[in-house]
Amino acid sequence: MSDLKKTGLSSAKRRQFLGDAARTACGCAVAATFLTVYQAQAKALPADAIRPPGALTEEEFLSACVRCGLCVRDCPYDTLKLAELGETGPATGTPYFTARDVPCEMCEDIPCVAACPTGALDHSLTDIDDADMGVAVLIDQENCLNFLGLRCDVCYRVCPLIDEAIKLEMTPNTRTGSHAVFSPTVYADACTGCGKCEKACVLPESAIKVLPRRIARAESAEHYRLGWEEKAKAGNALVPGVIDLPDRVPDAGAFEPVFQPGKGQ
Amino acid sequence: MTTHALDAQSLKEKKRSWVLRNRFLLLRRSTQLLVLALFLAGPWAGVWIVKGTLTSSMTLNILPLSDPFLLLQTMVTGHWPELTGLIGLAIVVVSYAVFGGRLYCSWVCPMNVVTDSANWLHRKLDLKKGWQPKKHTRYWVLAMTLLVAAGSGSLAYELVNPVTLLHRGLVFGMGFAWAAVLMVFLFDTFVSRHGWCGHLCPMGAVYGLLNTKSLLRISAKNREACDDCMDCFEVCPENHVISPALRGKGDDTPLIQHRDCTSCGRCIDVCDLDVFSFTHRFDTQLIQPTSIEPGPRDPVATKAMGGHK
Repeated sequence: MSDLKKTGLSSAKRRQFLGDAARTACGCAVAATFLTVYQAQAKALPADAIRPPGALTEEEFLSACVRCGLCVRDCPYDTLKLAELGETGPATGTPYFTARDVPCEMCEDIPCVAACPTGALDHSLTDIDDADMGVAVLIDQENCLNFLGLRCDVCYRVCPLIDEAIKLEMTPNTRTGSHAVFSPTVYADACTGCGKCEKACVLPESAIKVLPRRIARAESAEHYRLGWEEKAKAGNALVPGVIDLPDRVPDAGAFEPVFQPGKGQ
Repeated sequence: MTTHALDAQSLKEKKRSWVLRNRFLLLRRSTQLLVLALFLAGPWAGVWIVKGTLTSSMTLNILPLSDPFLLLQTMVTGHWPELTGLIGLAIVVVSYAVFGGRLYCSWVCPMNVVTDSANWLHRKLDLKKGWQPKKHTRYWVLAMTLLVAAGSGSLAYELVNPVTLLHRGLVFGMGFAWAAVLMVFLFDTFVSRHGWCGHLCPMGAVYGLLNTKSLLRISAKNREACDDCMDCFEVCPENHVISPALRGKGDDTPLIQHRDCTSCGRCIDVCDLDVFSFTHRFDTQLIQPTSIEPGPRDPVATKAMGGHK
């Protein structure tokens, strides 16, 4: 521009300048297009790549994370790693872990979050039990040893929130007709997605896996109400004066259960 | 160049040892290696001095440093960094703005080794300078990366940024990052002389913007001694910065004031007549060639006396 001022904005110079600027702008626009397409493709996060505790939603995370690796360095268990270029995984340079390789040990002081200089890992997460890295899902009941009637229980035993995030629920073993099935049942509100269950599963391919919440969970319709909860909240029946008609059971004696837990043989 | 001039050239070089002719290059390689070693001492030897990468690091668990270009990208997407990140940013911005913005490019950045090597090969092969983007292209690229970040809501450029890919690759694991580095090397060697660091890199552009009022400057204070051998122009990665200072007459400042100057000191290295030297931005004095008493640092007088050191 200063050249232009000196030469009194001759039209040839001006044309030259505008031509150069237009060329550069077009070049940048082409580069910007490629970059935009590439970043859109790079947003696809594989289901088995789990973000560190406190990670913002994937969309926000990709705008906040500067890919410095400080969380990786402060992880005492070498759980976290940075995605490398060319790897079919999360966006290049961002931190993640694979539960089946090394799960999150849920450190009480959450060093990875403390190390994050940008808040891509949310510093308001102070209790690791509130972390929400994903949800464990018992993904294959046909191969899970507990569902086959054995007492493997490993996923339940290793759960840092045993009896909160994973409970063993007893149902009759209809195959033997005389045993119980202790089915490992995940309670998603308590599960942090640390992946210790997935790591510990004794099968060659884990029967329980941590998945991102978006894949693992359904969502209840907003207008649904659970009648019994509403009743408990209100302290009484919500619709007063419902007439309780007698239950009509054809022949109650015909439905004697084959197996009744806790009632002896 | 005449035979006489060639003789004079070789005579001049003989007087200065190889180390002297490469002193700032050697110093720069040392600081570049030192920075890398500080990052690698942890993962390689378990000695944790600096953690993280050049995008954001923590030294001795007390000193945070953050790259301005990276945090700028984050902020244009609408995310505000944590206090640690902002303190790190402030320290880096203030330090480079005071001492010399583009010191990062020539004394710290690992890509400098790659592009310097590419330029060395380029000169050895005696190639044409090739495509030379217009002088403000790096700012266009900078604006483009920030626009894409703001538009897409993600640090899109960091998926392809060869500088951060290289450093992260060295410290955390290379993956295919070597391919991006190789591309820069080939680009600088065969497509565009000084193409990457000198014309395109938006990271360098940010450090250049910090370089406008920095204290550290190179001065052509002995410009009267210049014999137009062009060695400095040949070797300078941003050689448009030299002319105003070197070719200045009378009261024109001998300081190289252009923000593109990376303060690499290569011009000081290669000049056999000691035209250039490091100084500060307020030192505008010139060495007068007509001094009667020839000092030991007065190369013109030295040359006139026939090779006396």
